Amino acid sequence: MIEMQDVWKTYRNGSNALQGVNVKIDKGEFVYVVGPSGAGKSTFIKLMYREEKPTKGKIFLNGFVLDKLKERQIPKIRRGIGVIFQDFRLLPRMTVYENVAFAMEVIEAPKKSIKPRVMEMLELVKLKHKVRSFPDELSGGEQQRVALARALVNNPNLVIADEPTGNLDPDTSWEIMELFEQINLKGTTVVMATHNREIVDAMRKRVIAIENGRIVRDEERGEYGYED
Amino acid sequence: MRKEGNTVMKIRTLGRHVNQGFKNLARNGWMTFASVSAVTITLFILGVFLLLAMNVNHIANIVEDQVEINVFLDLTAGDEEIERVQNELQKIPEIDSIIYVPKEQGLMEFKEGFGEKSDLLDGLEEENPLPDKFIVKTSVPQQTGMVADRIEKMPHVSEVNYGKDTVDKLFKVTNTVRNFGLVFIVGLAFTAMFLISNTIRLTIVARRNEIEIMKLVGATKWFIRWPFFVEGLLMGVIGAIIPAVLLLVGYYALLQVMEGDFLFISLLPFNPLSYQIAGILLGIGAFIGMWGSMMSVRRFLKI
Repeated sequence: MIEMQDVWKTYRNGSNALQGVNVKIDKGEFVYVVGPSGAGKSTFIKLMYREEKPTKGKIFLNGFVLDKLKERQIPKIRRGIGVIFQDFRLLPRMTVYENVAFAMEVIEAPKKSIKPRVMEMLELVKLKHKVRSFPDELSGGEQQRVALARALVNNPNLVIADEPTGNLDPDTSWEIMELFEQINLKGTTVVMATHNREIVDAMRKRVIAIENGRIVRDEERGEYGYED
Repeated sequence: MRKEGNTVMKIRTLGRHVNQGFKNLARNGWMTFASVSAVTITLFILGVFLLLAMNVNHIANIVEDQVEINVFLDLTAGDEEIERVQNELQKIPEIDSIIYVPKEQGLMEFKEGFGEKSDLLDGLEEENPLPDKFIVKTSVPQQTGMVADRIEKMPHVSEVNYGKDTVDKLFKVTNTVRNFGLVFIVGLAFTAMFLISNTIRLTIVARRNEIEIMKLVGATKWFIRWPFFVEGLLMGVIGAIIPAVLLLVGYYALLQVMEGDFLFISLLPFNPLSYQIAGILLGIGAFIGMWGSMMSVRRFLKI
């Protein structure tokens, strides 16, 4: 599913975000990426959906070679990945419905199939009653659920999340995590960078810890392992 | 593997882009209003000066058209010589019209110039002192001097007169007015383009996050571009329709007021001038709208 071989990332300002990362994530896994701020978690995540390009090394994802990927092929790999962010990143001038439908319009899905599928997703995240709302009329948790519906609407086999609960209170965080768990049970691979110790320790999934651009720990059913 | 730039876009998708373009216009309310106003105001100013410049040019043309060359023949010239000169004149391609004025007619006109006292000149018919003449006009007034020089060298031509000093001065004035007008209009057109594309750019810069998000969900560049393209086009066209209508109505009213000989100036007729100007404004509006939005989106499409 995802494989990184000796991946290095040096930003233009000279900072070494990643230094020789080797990792393999199989289909259907649920992986937490933990580590202190600035350790390289975000870079690690960004490489997966080709927001960043590695300075050195090879990255394979869904059968694509990301480090060799042409710019015009980027949309193609992104359509197979659902991406979730701390700041939700919804289109502010589109309604809840339109935000989710947008991801389907982008892949030029048949118009008839869009509506039932979008409604199905909004049902899943329990936001059917807010279809006509705009993002700024929703709470943080609701916005993140819309983002989740959008990420899942095209049936991706991989969902990447960068601090999805970073802006949410504990109760809402748990609701969101339950949705992730649900998605994973259906066979979707989930890779999530997080600072949420409570969640990591409770869920007991594979944990990859990154410090100073290196993977320092990679264990099944791991713990968060850092003091807050 | 299919390329990103799917050249054959599905009709349905095009419909979606047009639809989205309209929606964006409505939902960006104030931004749209600002852009459309900027287009309206700049194009209105441009339109007013275009009308002005075209009319000034028109008036200059009328004045210039009144320039003519008087070709006086030798007093001794008989019918045969007159015909020969006429033939020679007809051979000059720059000449537009040739009018023959026999000396008898010349004298009559001369007498008319004296009005009541014309009887003073009675009797001159017996021994007409005036020569026969041709009145010649060139198709391009500026060629008058050149043609006059050429005619002067013809046999049987005694004198050529076109009011050299006055005419030279006139041409100097009309040319200056024309050149100034042209530079002014071109300058104004560029200012308008700059202002409009800049306003449109601002409305799009404010939405760079949207473009980022669209890319994240896997939208191709063209998929992102199209709605902006439609939106820019609409802003440009709407912004141009308002001044175009204002100018059409305004110019029509002006022509009504100035009907009859007002200050001896006749303005260009409503048709086709006002339609041309309206067309130019719409063209500029549409073009800058599209161009401005494409240029601005381009900056944010780079990863």
